[in-house]
Amino acid sequence: MKRTGAQILWECLVREGVTEVFGYPGGAILPAYDAMLDFPIRHTLVRHEQGATHMADGYARASGKVGVAIATSGPGATNMVTGIATAMLDSSPIVCITGQVGSRLIGTDAFQEIDITGITLPVTKHNYLVTSAQEVARTVREAFMIAKSGRPGPVLIDITKDAQQASCEFDWDAAAPVVPGWREAPPLAPAELARAAELIKHAERPVILAGHGVTISGAEQALRAFAERAHIPIAATLLGIGGFPASHPLNLGMMGMHGEAWVNLAIQEADLLIACGMRFDDRVTGNLKTYAPNAKKIHIEIDPSEINKNVKVDVALVADLRVVLERLLPVTDASDHKAWFDRIAAYKGDSAVRDIQSLPDDGHLYAAHVINDLWRATRSQDTIVVTDVGQHQMWEAQYYHHDEPRSLITSGGLGTMGFAVPAAIGAKRARPEAEVWAVVGDGGFQMTMCELATAVQDGINIKVAIINNGYLGMVRQWQEFFYERRYAATPLSGPDFVKLGEAFGIRSRGVAKRADVLPAIADATAHEGPVVIDFRVEQEDTVYPMVPAGADLHAMIRRPNPIVETAAD
Amino acid sequence: MKLHIFTVYVEDQPGVLNRVASLFRRRGFNIQSLSVGHSETAGVSRMTVVVETDEGGAARIKAHVYKLINVVRVEDITDRPSVVRDLALIKVSANHQNRAAVMQLASVFHARVVDVAPESLVVEMVGSEAKIDGLLEVLQPYGVLEMVRTGRVAMARGSGAGVAAGRGAFLPDAEEGVSYSV
Repeated sequence: MKRTGAQILWECLVREGVTEVFGYPGGAILPAYDAMLDFPIRHTLVRHEQGATHMADGYARASGKVGVAIATSGPGATNMVTGIATAMLDSSPIVCITGQVGSRLIGTDAFQEIDITGITLPVTKHNYLVTSAQEVARTVREAFMIAKSGRPGPVLIDITKDAQQASCEFDWDAAAPVVPGWREAPPLAPAELARAAELIKHAERPVILAGHGVTISGAEQALRAFAERAHIPIAATLLGIGGFPASHPLNLGMMGMHGEAWVNLAIQEADLLIACGMRFDDRVTGNLKTYAPNAKKIHIEIDPSEINKNVKVDVALVADLRVVLERLLPVTDASDHKAWFDRIAAYKGDSAVRDIQSLPDDGHLYAAHVINDLWRATRSQDTIVVTDVGQHQMWEAQYYHHDEPRSLITSGGLGTMGFAVPAAIGAKRARPEAEVWAVVGDGGFQMTMCELATAVQDGINIKVAIINNGYLGMVRQWQEFFYERRYAATPLSGPDFVKLGEAFGIRSRGVAKRADVLPAIADATAHEGPVVIDFRVEQEDTVYPMVPAGADLHAMIRRPNPIVETAAD
Repeated sequence: MKLHIFTVYVEDQPGVLNRVASLFRRRGFNIQSLSVGHSETAGVSRMTVVVETDEGGAARIKAHVYKLINVVRVEDITDRPSVVRDLALIKVSANHQNRAAVMQLASVFHARVVDVAPESLVVEMVGSEAKIDGLLEVLQPYGVLEMVRTGRVAMARGSGAGVAAGRGAFLPDAEEGVSYSV
C-alpha cells in the first residue's frame, strides 16, 4: 500500500511507541503536521522550539522512553540547538524531527533553508538528512535504535518537504535498521572483573561514585545490593541523585563543586573509588592533579571514550552498569567498613552545625528553607522536581532528598538556563500521575516563561516555584568570591510574577515569609491546574560549600564561622 | 607525543568525511594529514588519518571515532609493521639548460617525470614522507612552482585485517576487552 513520506513518518513513530510529541509547525513541516491528525498522537504546541526539545528531554528523563520534538526548517530548527545540546551532554534519548526545504532547493539559500544536520553534527549522537519518502521508515527506526541504545543521546532527522509529500510502498519489516558499524556489546573480560573484585576485597576506605548511568541502565537495585553487601558508602553526581535512596544509611549525598563537605573529604581520603556510570566531569573532580590521590579507581562505563579521559583508572569495565554490578555481586564478600563510616560521620557532624537548617528564623526567607519545606511537603507522594540552573539548582540537590529514581530532572552537563519550565511540562506528560514541580530562578524563568502558555492551553498541571532573589545568583556568587563583589550585569529585574502568572490564567501567589511557605505549597498541590509561586528569597545568599573552579576538591569555601556561632543549637 | 596513523573504514555516504574531520577538531586534535578513497569493499571508504598525540590521546581518538555511527572499523597501525606512502606531484622550473640535471635528480629518488614543458616539468614521486621531503629539498634550488601531496596512505603488512561489508561482521578487538556498542 502506498503512503506518503509524512504518513510513513507517523506510522513509524507510532510503531516505536510514541504517543506524545512536542512541536511547532511551519512551512517545511506542514505535510507532516497535516498527516499527524490521522494518527493516535497527542501534540503539545510549544511557544518556542527550544521548549519542544526540553519537553522531549524532560519526557525522556521522567519516563525512560524516547522523547520526540518536531519543528520546521530554518529558525525552527536552529531554535532546537540548545535543547539538543542539553540532551547530548546529559545522555538523554530524544529524536528531533525538522522539516527541510524541497530537495531541489537544498544549497540555494532558499527561504528558511538552513544546514541543520551540519549545525547539529557535534551535538547529536547522529543525524540524518532524508530526501526521499523511501528513506523515511528506515531512518526513523535507526534513529530510535541509536537514541536509546548504549549511552543514549539525541538524534535529529531532517526531512525535505518533497520527501514528506512523495508516496512510496511502506514495509516496516523491510525497513529494519542497517548500521554496518553496529557492534553488540561483547561479554565482560573476566580478568578485568576479577581485578575489580580483588580491589574491592582489599579496600578499607572505598567510595562508590554514582552517576546518571545508574538510572539510565536501570541499575538501582543492582547498585543497592552490591553496596549493601560490600558495605560501601555512595556519593552521587548531580545527575546521579535519585539513583540511590537519599534516606539509605549508605548514602553520603552529592559530590563536587557544591557537594557536601563530608562527601568530598571522603573521596579525597578514599583508597578505592568505584565510578558507576559517571564521567569524572570537572565539576565533580576539581583539580585532577590532587583528585583522590590515594585511591585506586575502577570505572564502570558503557562509553569507552570516557575511559581515562579525565582520570586515569586502574580497572575499566566497559559494559552496561547493571550487568557489571550483577556480575560483581556474587564475587563480592560481605564486608564491614565501620571505621571508615565513623570517620565520615565525624566530618558530617562538623558540617551539620554549619548547615543553614540550623539557623534561627531571622525573618528572612532563604532558598534552602523553601526547598527543604517543599521536600517535607511532597516527600510522601510521587513527585518529580525539575530544576533550572544556578544557585537554586544546587540548593535543590542539597536540601531536597530524593529517594526515587527519575524524581530529579536537571540540566547538568550543559547547564542550560531556561530548562526547568519546559522540561517540567515534558515530565508531566510522561508521568501525569506524578506531581511535577519546576524549581527555577528568576533569571532562568524569564528565558522560557512563555511555555506557561503551553501549560495553560494544553492543560498541563505543573507547579512552578520561582526562587526569586533579583540576581543571576550563581554568577553573582562568583563575583562575590572571585571578582571583589563587582556585580557586572547580575542584578536582575523582572515583572511581577504573580500578575504575570495571573495574566496567563494561572493561579499565582507571592511568598516572602518562612511561615507562608508550607501553606502555599499545600494550596498549589490541592489546586487542579498549573500554579506559580513567587518565593522572594534573601538576595545575596550563597551556596556553600564551594570548590572554586580548578581548585583541589578538599579546598572548599565553607559557610563562615560567625553564623555557626549564632546557630540556635 | 608522536605521529599516530589511523586507518578508518567508513560507510560511503554524504557527509561522513565531515563527521570524522569534525570530530578531530571538536576533541582538540590537529589532523596532520587525511586521505580518503575507496576500500576493497563496495560501499565502504577507507581513510588514513595522521595525528600527533600521545598514547592516551590515541586511545581516546579510537574510541571517539568508533562512536560515529557511520564508522565501521578503526585501527591504530602506528606500531604495526606497515607500508606508508605519500604521493607527490612537483612542478619544477626547468629549461633546456638544466632540465637534464633535474631529471637526473628525479631518477636518483626513483621519481618519474610525467610532464615536460619548455620552462617546467612535473615530477611524480611515491614514497615515504621523508623521501619526498628529500627530493623536495634538492629540487628547491631550481624553483618549485607547484606541489600537491596526497598525505599518507597506510596499510598494515601481512595477512589479516581488511574489512568485509555487512552488519555484524566487525567484531570488537578481543584483546582490548572493551566494546564499542553505540
